[in-house]
Amino acid sequence: MPRTMFDKIWDSHSIADLGDGWALLHIDRHLLHDLSGSRALQEIEDRELPVRNPELAFATPDHAVSSAPGRTAATFGPGEKLLIGLRSRSAEHGIRFFDLGQDGHGIVHVMAPELAIVLPGLTLICGDSHTCTNGGVGALAFGVGSSELVHALATQTLRQRRPKTMRVSFEGATGPGVTPKDMVLHLIGRLGAAAGTGFAVEYAGPAVRALPVEGRLTLCNLSIELGAKMGFIAPDDATFDYLRGRHYAPQGAAFDAAIAQWRRLPSDPGAVFDREVVIDAADIAPTITWGTSPEHAIGIGECVPNPANAPDAARQTAWRSALDYMGLEPGRPIAGTKVDWVFVGSCTNGRMSDLRAAAAIVRGRHVAPGVTAWVVPGSQRVKQEAEAEGLDRLFLDAGFAWREPGCSMCVAANGERVPPGMRSVSTSNRNFVGRQGPGARTHLASPAMAAAAAVTGVITDVRSL
Amino acid sequence: MQAFTTVSGAAAPLMRDNIDTDMIIRIERMTGTTRDSMGQWALEALRYRPDGSDNPDFVLNQPAFRDAPILVAGANFGCGSSREAAVWALMGAGLRCVIAPSFGDIFFNNCFQNGMLPVRLPSDDIARLADACAGGNARVSVDLHRQVVVFPHGEEVRFEIEPLRRDALLEGLDEIGLTLKHAEAIAAFQAADRIARPFVWQPGA
Repeated sequence: MPRTMFDKIWDSHSIADLGDGWALLHIDRHLLHDLSGSRALQEIEDRELPVRNPELAFATPDHAVSSAPGRTAATFGPGEKLLIGLRSRSAEHGIRFFDLGQDGHGIVHVMAPELAIVLPGLTLICGDSHTCTNGGVGALAFGVGSSELVHALATQTLRQRRPKTMRVSFEGATGPGVTPKDMVLHLIGRLGAAAGTGFAVEYAGPAVRALPVEGRLTLCNLSIELGAKMGFIAPDDATFDYLRGRHYAPQGAAFDAAIAQWRRLPSDPGAVFDREVVIDAADIAPTITWGTSPEHAIGIGECVPNPANAPDAARQTAWRSALDYMGLEPGRPIAGTKVDWVFVGSCTNGRMSDLRAAAAIVRGRHVAPGVTAWVVPGSQRVKQEAEAEGLDRLFLDAGFAWREPGCSMCVAANGERVPPGMRSVSTSNRNFVGRQGPGARTHLASPAMAAAAAVTGVITDVRSL
Repeated sequence: MQAFTTVSGAAAPLMRDNIDTDMIIRIERMTGTTRDSMGQWALEALRYRPDGSDNPDFVLNQPAFRDAPILVAGANFGCGSSREAAVWALMGAGLRCVIAPSFGDIFFNNCFQNGMLPVRLPSDDIARLADACAGGNARVSVDLHRQVVVFPHGEEVRFEIEPLRRDALLEGLDEIGLTLKHAEAIAAFQAADRIARPFVWQPGA
């Protein structure tokens, strides 16, 4: 019987059938960060449990660290203890740790693919919902809470219920100015923020195949905003070329042997999914959110929706409160809305290709008066590579701040916030109430769209620049 | 883990879709607060006014709902971040059960790790329940053993829950303990896997 890629990975990791669709699943990799990782290791110690396979765990601080130029662990006081805890407990248990400023440091979901910690066909978990990002190289990667993290550290397994399967096919090709971020925001806007709940999502189709691996990581990153714990893309030659030679990838002949296995991962022709969704890539415009859920996404040429036209009473209420929080009037074009802050970075859009896309818009222009604009590279490597290309100078000369790698203003767990009432265009993943700081008004968009907002001072169609 | 059998008391209606875990507990509260003291920060953006005083309009601030052990909520409750602190905060605020049409996947899992019961009911039932509770003097019971929610006027509405999860919650079972019973199977899997997929076990070799 033809099987989906999900079936193949799931079945090959099932150690025991626990009944009712539950399996005891082997976990091949865990990523630990300062917020959830240090807490989990603390609990391991409190409960006197061993770390079963420390060689499969990788730790780095990202959430509660300052991104200020010249920062140290102490720059953000409340995070220092967490960082020190992660560092010392990692050392104690023999877990690889990538400290601030070291090669390999960065946002967990940026450094893991970068170092090939994640590989096709692996199961990978982290105490972070954006772990689904790692599905971009063909892994089954998902976020868990701290209890499950402790369970995995102690047993190298998780008790999981088999999700349903969904395939999202992007047919055709995308138009100018349309990036993976626009593709996935468009998808969430169409289907809703709960459409993926209970599903493992495979992204497919020519417009996905055409994406470089970094773009695939962006696409998979927002799976959780569709409601899906995991989203992934079948590995192909682009994946193998990306991974070859990276630090934790198999080397030499071992890599070729691994490729032979990985080529068997894609879904078989005729494999049946519980749900199939088809999106015409040509329908996608540069997309931006107007409200407080990622499903509040519209094309840049559209108007802020009117709650009176909402499809049901629940959404009418939600739209009203979202407009109130965002300080927007229904019926007005979203383009032209004045912007106070711009943030380029995060596990969604903090990679080299993202910084290059933003830089292409910024080149020859300057940040508009009254706008504070930040670029926060996703990892130490991204930072070094960008500096080698002169992107730091380009951004600095244009009036952007050029900062140290970390989650920064995406998660606002590090003292870095958009001030109350201020409007931000952000390349991050969540426009929730208070996500970028209490009262902050967040519009999610691609790096190019964020850069366009920075240089014009208003929400702008990047295709017009 | 704390067992869950039956909970009875006021049920506070918070009829809003997509209440995310950032809204349930701000991430900054996790850097400076212990697990046991997060209750005061549960749903803070809704619960407090900008000056820090209680928002009297918020349901859990109303006298009838201050000690409510049950929350009745809109669809996709607990979507977003994986932070288990969302469950700790709600439990710290005295809640033991959330009834909603649907839940975020990770939050749903995290509930079962902490003795909190998430109950899924159809939207129509939820709307009726929220209406019946709106006045504040109504009492609702949730009986996990019988898998029923007893509405204020006595009507019993059955809910579905997977037997594995129900039994673990009823008995307050420790998942790690259960898994360690499979220690031999785990060891056998890993021994075979080291040969089948050496690249998993020797990163970078």
